[in-house]
Amino acid sequence: MELAFYIAGAVAVLSTVLMLTRLHLVHALLYLIVSLLGVAVVFYVLGAAFVAALEIIIYAGAIMVLFIFVVMMLNLSGPAAEMEKRWLTPGIWTGPVVLASILIIEVLYLVRGSSTGIAGGGVEPKQVGIALFGPYIIGVELASMLLLAGLVGAYHLGHRKVEKPEIQHDADTHEGRAVAGGDLVLAGADRSARTP
Amino acid sequence: MTSPHPILSILGVAIVALSIAAFLIWVERRLLALWQDRYGPNRVGPFGLLQVAADSIKIFMKEDWIPPFVDRPVFILAPAIVFVTVLMSFAVLPVAPGIIVSDLSVGLLFFLAMSSLGVYSVVLAGWSSNNKYALLGGLRAAAQMLSYEVFMGLSLMGVVLLAGTFSLPAIVEAQRTIWFVIPQFPGFVLFLIAGLAETRRIPFDLPEAESELVAGYHSEYSGMKFGMFFVGEYMGVSLISAMISVLFFGGWLGPVLPGVVWFFLKMFSFIAFFVLVRAALPRPRFDQLMSWGWKVMLPLALINLLATGAAVLAWR
Repeated sequence: MELAFYIAGAVAVLSTVLMLTRLHLVHALLYLIVSLLGVAVVFYVLGAAFVAALEIIIYAGAIMVLFIFVVMMLNLSGPAAEMEKRWLTPGIWTGPVVLASILIIEVLYLVRGSSTGIAGGGVEPKQVGIALFGPYIIGVELASMLLLAGLVGAYHLGHRKVEKPEIQHDADTHEGRAVAGGDLVLAGADRSARTP
Repeated sequence: MTSPHPILSILGVAIVALSIAAFLIWVERRLLALWQDRYGPNRVGPFGLLQVAADSIKIFMKEDWIPPFVDRPVFILAPAIVFVTVLMSFAVLPVAPGIIVSDLSVGLLFFLAMSSLGVYSVVLAGWSSNNKYALLGGLRAAAQMLSYEVFMGLSLMGVVLLAGTFSLPAIVEAQRTIWFVIPQFPGFVLFLIAGLAETRRIPFDLPEAESELVAGYHSEYSGMKFGMFFVGEYMGVSLISAMISVLFFGGWLGPVLPGVVWFFLKMFSFIAFFVLVRAALPRPRFDQLMSWGWKVMLPLALINLLATGAAVLAWR
């Protein structure tokens, strides 16, 4: 199990580095997905199977799909890679790398003595739920409020765009059909005539 | 808990899953033909059973051409992803007591995780092909599978509430008194529809709608790479059918016959249902598909979860 932990950790770190240095956006995202999968394996080895599953479902399976979705629509292959190339000159990354290495050395120094090994017992999903809705209920509520605010904000931003008069798309409803002239072919013609 | 011979059971599950998927190609063609008053493939071998062998020899012999304009590494990776994710899901599937590769405590979540990773194969295939029809197919697949995954997970939470666990063998054992299809009928219907959408079968096959997008995300694929998408779809169908029988119809539980037989009986009846749906239903428009998912299915899944939670709270 310890070996699995180190392999998964190494894969996660390596793929993160590769993600940072890729010029092509989609390839970088693929390495980020691999990195998330590596982190999920690390969680699983540490006994947090529930967190590992959620990591894959939410981060690797949903959020990253949205990232790829957006990148696909933007179609940024040629010029974007050129721009990335200019950003990746040593003059830009040496400063942050030096500062980050100082932090890493500090962390290594601090945790050097406190090696407790890998925890043996796993955490069951039920325990996670009881902890979340028991002592940490405030955190859950705060997070849900934040998400609700995000939801309302996204709705607001998305809503203003579709305010211009347009024919209703769902032809199941009678109103939609009436507006569209009762015929799908007509609906298409009408729509193209109205929107420039 | 794992079964006594891990390597053996891994190989066994993989081989059985693959042969069922290959066999399904013949089953589907025959059943479709039956429902459309034709014979279907009946020339090669008894009842046309060797048609699958003939087809696979043909597909292996075909030229495996990678077009010059594609993004090569991603193009090659994409068909492998669909295969790997579906086969990984079979690892947590309990066929009979003790016949399971890995009894994870989060088995159900593992299945959901793998099915959510399966989206990448279609999306990346569409993107890497550098072809506008393939890209449109990939975009549709991303939007469709992301939307239908949301209530797929929610529709299963009712089962989890009743069984009190994410482990699939424990969920089967919890159905000794009553199959979950009865208390969780809305959940069953929602999962069935989400499963159809996840496998991109006909009412939901807009990512590859051949009448508008050539072949959608796999337009540029040929030879065995196309074969992987093809067999991957059938493996997805058998996986969803097996999951329906495990989660809602008591898996291996049943009188007289041994558990394995019951499991495969239930699984094959759902596979037949999937084929019947393909024979019976046309595909909707894409905006209808999306608004159906978000405006009808998601609220229904939430109401089902709320009602189940309230009932469990009241009676326990």
